[in-house]
Amino acid sequence: MEFILEIQGITKAFPRTVASDDVSVRVRKGEIHALVGENGAGKTTLMNILYGLIRPDSGRILLRGVDLPLADGFLGTDYGIGMIHQHFMLIREFTVLENIILGAEPKKGFVLDRAGARRRVEAIIERYGIEADLDRKVRELSVGEEQRVEILKVLYRNAELIIMDEPTGVLTPQETSGLFETMKGLVADGRTLIFITHKLEEVVEVTDSVTVMRRGRVVGSVPTAETDAAQLAEMMVGKQLDALPRRASASIGEPVLEVRGLSLEARAGIKPLRDVSFEVRKGEVLGLCGVEGNGQLELFEILIGLRQPGKGSILIGGADVTRLSTLSRREAGLADIPPDRTTMGIITEFNLRENLLLGRQRESRFSRCGFLNAEAIEAETTRLIDQFGIRPPEPDAMGFSFSGGNQQKIVVARELARDPDILVACQPTRGVDVGATRLIHTWILRQADAGKAVFLVSADLAEVLSLSDRIGVMYRGEIVGMLDRSDANEEVLGLMMAGVVN
Amino acid sequence: MNTGLKKNSANLLPSLAALILAGIVSSIVILILGESPIYIARVMLSGSAGSLSSIANTLEEATPLIFTGLCVAIAMRCGLFNIGGEGQLVIGAFVAAWVGYRVGGLPPVVHITLCIALAGLAGALWALIPGLLKARFGAHEVINTIMLNYVAFIFANYLVGLPYFKKPGQIPQTEDVLQSALLPRMTFLYEYTRLNLGFVLAIAAVLLIYILLEKTELGFEIRSVGHNPLASRASGISVARNMLLAMAISGFLAGMAGSERVLGVHRHFISPFPFGYGFAGIAVALLGRNRPLGVLVSAIFFGALASGGAQVDIETNVPRELVTVIQAIVVLFVACEYPIRKFVFIRRRTAL
Repeated sequence: MEFILEIQGITKAFPRTVASDDVSVRVRKGEIHALVGENGAGKTTLMNILYGLIRPDSGRILLRGVDLPLADGFLGTDYGIGMIHQHFMLIREFTVLENIILGAEPKKGFVLDRAGARRRVEAIIERYGIEADLDRKVRELSVGEEQRVEILKVLYRNAELIIMDEPTGVLTPQETSGLFETMKGLVADGRTLIFITHKLEEVVEVTDSVTVMRRGRVVGSVPTAETDAAQLAEMMVGKQLDALPRRASASIGEPVLEVRGLSLEARAGIKPLRDVSFEVRKGEVLGLCGVEGNGQLELFEILIGLRQPGKGSILIGGADVTRLSTLSRREAGLADIPPDRTTMGIITEFNLRENLLLGRQRESRFSRCGFLNAEAIEAETTRLIDQFGIRPPEPDAMGFSFSGGNQQKIVVARELARDPDILVACQPTRGVDVGATRLIHTWILRQADAGKAVFLVSADLAEVLSLSDRIGVMYRGEIVGMLDRSDANEEVLGLMMAGVVN
Repeated sequence: MNTGLKKNSANLLPSLAALILAGIVSSIVILILGESPIYIARVMLSGSAGSLSSIANTLEEATPLIFTGLCVAIAMRCGLFNIGGEGQLVIGAFVAAWVGYRVGGLPPVVHITLCIALAGLAGALWALIPGLLKARFGAHEVINTIMLNYVAFIFANYLVGLPYFKKPGQIPQTEDVLQSALLPRMTFLYEYTRLNLGFVLAIAAVLLIYILLEKTELGFEIRSVGHNPLASRASGISVARNMLLAMAISGFLAGMAGSERVLGVHRHFISPFPFGYGFAGIAVALLGRNRPLGVLVSAIFFGALASGGAQVDIETNVPRELVTVIQAIVVLFVACEYPIRKFVFIRRRTAL
């Protein structure tokens, strides 16, 4: 079969690391080629080189057998390469159609040919069966819909080779399967996809071949049919992985967090909650699974005090905290891992030291009469960096310079350092690489083993199943079921999450 | 230490680049006016730093700018754009003048302290109005601080016209403040200087704000809210409380600027009060990148432009307004930080 893309010996060194070390990859025409690896393995750098955003130090890239002008700088779109970034590049106040044609507007004379543009886009929509309402503004769209606009954008520009950088990271399971259908339609039409992901099940499910990268090098490149998730995981982290840690039944004590009859009215952009009640006890992990957008975010915000419920109450250690501030709740023993680390977890313009202090600046050992105790803070920073393996271990490095996995480690380190009685962890490993995920899982379980309570909210079934003692299922703002771990499996939970049984 | 130094120089570069570009553009303007840029620069330099008297002039012009620059900077570090320094300064100036002539029989140290403290408090209260509107209702502080500038001017103009406050005569002004309220002038530098103890207080304010921002719990929370209010809330930091405190401190500094002008320079409140220190504070904070020490340096730079500009006006055919033009060009280039950064660092970035 013919190779549409041949990457040969690409090397790119950054001041502190080598991001690409003699990397060679070959991609066949009309296949879905997975590029997997942990955060910082060099996937994004390689794709940025391919797209013309970064110049490599050496190596060549052949596209349809012809050299790309790597040394001169070029733009991928001019060569039929399209890129769908992890963070969408759309203008929120423009309509879908305007976003699609932006930068490549068809003109009649000097006038924008709106009708012609619409015809072309509609033809693409019809050909690939991608649903999209061209007249809606992007700000009204869900994440999945925004992604379809991004896909239409590259198709409109006639990209033959499409790079998708972690496209499923932000999608619900339904949206993910819709995306996979679209991807299959694109390759059936002769286009080639490079699919960057962390999620190995997805690689197995949808791709034709897979390249694994680690520390800037290609570890291996194999047809997907000849491998499985376990082998890929091993290649990625470079060591044999055990199954996810399951722990022996712990001794479970009295309730730490009690939630009674929480309700919230739906408003624009706010999902409702209906009579949500549960309790989390000492030594227990209570998992709450469900498709995202069924009220989990609202529940999280109410629990940590960012939002007031319409009805109901919240008790921590038996004391009613429903009307108390976030600060008072934290002083009562609550800690949280928020669902979105860059907007709620860390402050990207703070350095590591400051991020590890965030929310703890009033603790007596860090603050005396309002003055920060630099020595104590430095000691704690060093301790947390070591204990939680945060990389790079530089207290002065800014929050935005850390990889996703390390940003999440910062959040977890900071919150667990407070030794909370109840940890509320919301999507704690979303978009986090395998290595960091395993560490975070271990730390969560260690909390429960130490007799603390953990409330885990996650859309990742495997995560919920392997960590929880009891599992609740959320559907349309209600807890539609509460199972012991021994009674739960993926099938039952999956049906409950879809609202089929309760 | 090493990384800290590197970070600072990286912060400094865009400001320096802006100054260099502003110098180039200003030279072109001077050439168009038919003068030699080098000659003008020499006059500017001698007018701002050529003698003890010109240095005193520079520092005298810089003093209120240090206060108003800090005023803008501290609010900005909390994510608030306080454009109301002008109004807060006028209110502070009025209170300083009133307390300065009305309250008698106090030893100077006490009287001066009282005047400055009450002027600062008045400025703080004035700034708390938009602060509260922002924290409570989310009303945008830019609009409200701008509008309150006019309210402050007209209010102060009204007050000074009242028989209770007005000095008999045609001019709407208060009595001169008592001897015990005057900020001592630094006449050891130069006999007729208006440079006064307020400059020392301004330096102290720089240090205090630096310590506040970098070394205290409150400063940490203010910066945290300034960078990311949502993450701050999720970490138990009260956004409203920190915004109110930042606005109060900001207004206090503007009020201090007003008191320095009254107690050290004008000796009374007059309407309309000399205009522009509050707005210039925005430029000072911008050039100083909202860092207290940066504000100090950039305030002195703007002070030098002002005193050098006066010299240019006297000695050459270039009008004093040119200095305003140069200031504007500097601000313009600093505001263009992003494109400049891109231009200056383009090689480094592609190397990455």
